[in-house]
Amino acid sequence: MELFKPEFGLVFWMFLAFACLYFILAKYAWPFIIKSMEERADLIDKGVAYAQEAKSHLDNAKAEADQVIAEARKQQADILRDAAKMKSQLIEEAKAAATVEAKKVTDAAQVAIDQARKESEKQLRQEVGAYALQIAEQVVRQNMADDKAQRSLVEKLLNDVESKN
Amino acid sequence: MKKVITAIVAFVVVALMAFGYMEAVKHREHTGDKKFAPKETIFEHLGDAYGWELPFNHSVRIPLPIIVLDQQNGIHCFMSSEVTDGGTCQGFYIAHEGDYAGKVVGTDANGKEYRPLDFSITKNAAGIFISAVLVVLIVFSIRNWYKKHNMKAPRKFTGALEMVVEFVYHDTIRPIMGKEAPKYGPYLLTCFFFILTMNLLGLIVIFPGGANLTGNLAVTMVLALATFLVTNLTGNREYWKEIFWPDVPVALKLPLMPVIEFFGIFTKPFALMIRLFANMMGGHMVVIVFFSLIFIFGGMFGAAVGAATSVFSLAFALFMLLLDTLVSFIQAYVFTILSTMFIFMAHPQHHGAEHEQITE
Repeated sequence: MELFKPEFGLVFWMFLAFACLYFILAKYAWPFIIKSMEERADLIDKGVAYAQEAKSHLDNAKAEADQVIAEARKQQADILRDAAKMKSQLIEEAKAAATVEAKKVTDAAQVAIDQARKESEKQLRQEVGAYALQIAEQVVRQNMADDKAQRSLVEKLLNDVESKN
Repeated sequence: MKKVITAIVAFVVVALMAFGYMEAVKHREHTGDKKFAPKETIFEHLGDAYGWELPFNHSVRIPLPIIVLDQQNGIHCFMSSEVTDGGTCQGFYIAHEGDYAGKVVGTDANGKEYRPLDFSITKNAAGIFISAVLVVLIVFSIRNWYKKHNMKAPRKFTGALEMVVEFVYHDTIRPIMGKEAPKYGPYLLTCFFFILTMNLLGLIVIFPGGANLTGNLAVTMVLALATFLVTNLTGNREYWKEIFWPDVPVALKLPLMPVIEFFGIFTKPFALMIRLFANMMGGHMVVIVFFSLIFIFGGMFGAAVGAATSVFSLAFALFMLLLDTLVSFIQAYVFTILSTMFIFMAHPQHHGAEHEQITE
């Protein structure tokens, strides 16, 4: 039967066509297609791995951020507390310094007062001395004349002194 | 409403089929060609031809070049249209009977009919070239996609093609061959796509389809021969040792096993050749037989029975064609996977490793 007898011409053309097809595709197409498909598969695998990594990073980042915020809050509280402490300390110090200063001023005033008093006392003493000497002079003079008169004089002088002071 | 439309459509289709049959009968009566010869019709459709018939027409064919070498090694080229109508061109004509019925023959010096060396671009040869060009276009469309778009995934037709490549190469060839896959992948992929294209092209009844390519022994023979050559030319020392000096008891070794193994070299590609040929040829044959039944019954019991048969025949033929579409894929795949196995088995590393790789 014709169907079961391979025709030589057809075998020839088929062989030629198949060989050409193979050499064209094997040289220019298949290796490139296979390489590209494998590269893309690798790229997708890498992309998935990268995305997973990125996601875990993101999750960590959130936790880290929370931690940082918590730390910042704590630091803020510390700083505020320190500031309050420092404020009161400063006030205390200022108060102390003011007290010392005031004390110095009062001391200085005291000294000045003392000095003034001493001065005035000294003056008084000199004046009293001078009066005493005058009185003594008068007394001594009167004494020469009359005893009574002397006494009244002394009395009078002493009254003067008293009224002066 | 839907059911009514379906019923109307079905009725119209059936009526058209019956009408078509009536027209065919009228045409037959008109041309005087009354007797329907099923065997000739079937083998004419399954076999090769010098022209390519057009649909709805029996006489007008696409002319194809005829190239013959006469006994003096002179090349003669002419178009098939010169001889298909019973004409003679450069001393060659188509024989109608005898050993060379349907082939281009010439007469030698003694007036005896002889068959010249026939390199004609017949319908099948043209079909092979069309398939090859189609495969090149298809495969280069994938390649060009990657050239242009680099890492982007293809869409639509290219995406579907890529899925087929993925299925054949990454899911079949690579798991079997391992690191040898890049070396033999191009050959096997070419085989798969070429066979698949030829199978599917054979199912389309009008030009450029309709040539029964993979149902032709010459075509499958070349394909099987290619696998045979690749297997045996690349086979390593271990492969030949397993054939001629296998690891079996000496009593078996001589002469039984080497003889069996040696025949195995040839039976494997032979099975490839016959499997593809028989499957595709069988599919085509069943379809054409269903259509022939219309005319056989019509001739035996009258036109009404023929018209009724046409409905059933068409339904069964449609089913067979759908089945053949599936078979086209399966046979292309089977040829590829078996070629993969044969080529892989020609490269055994050492005993045991081979089995590990297969089960991997």
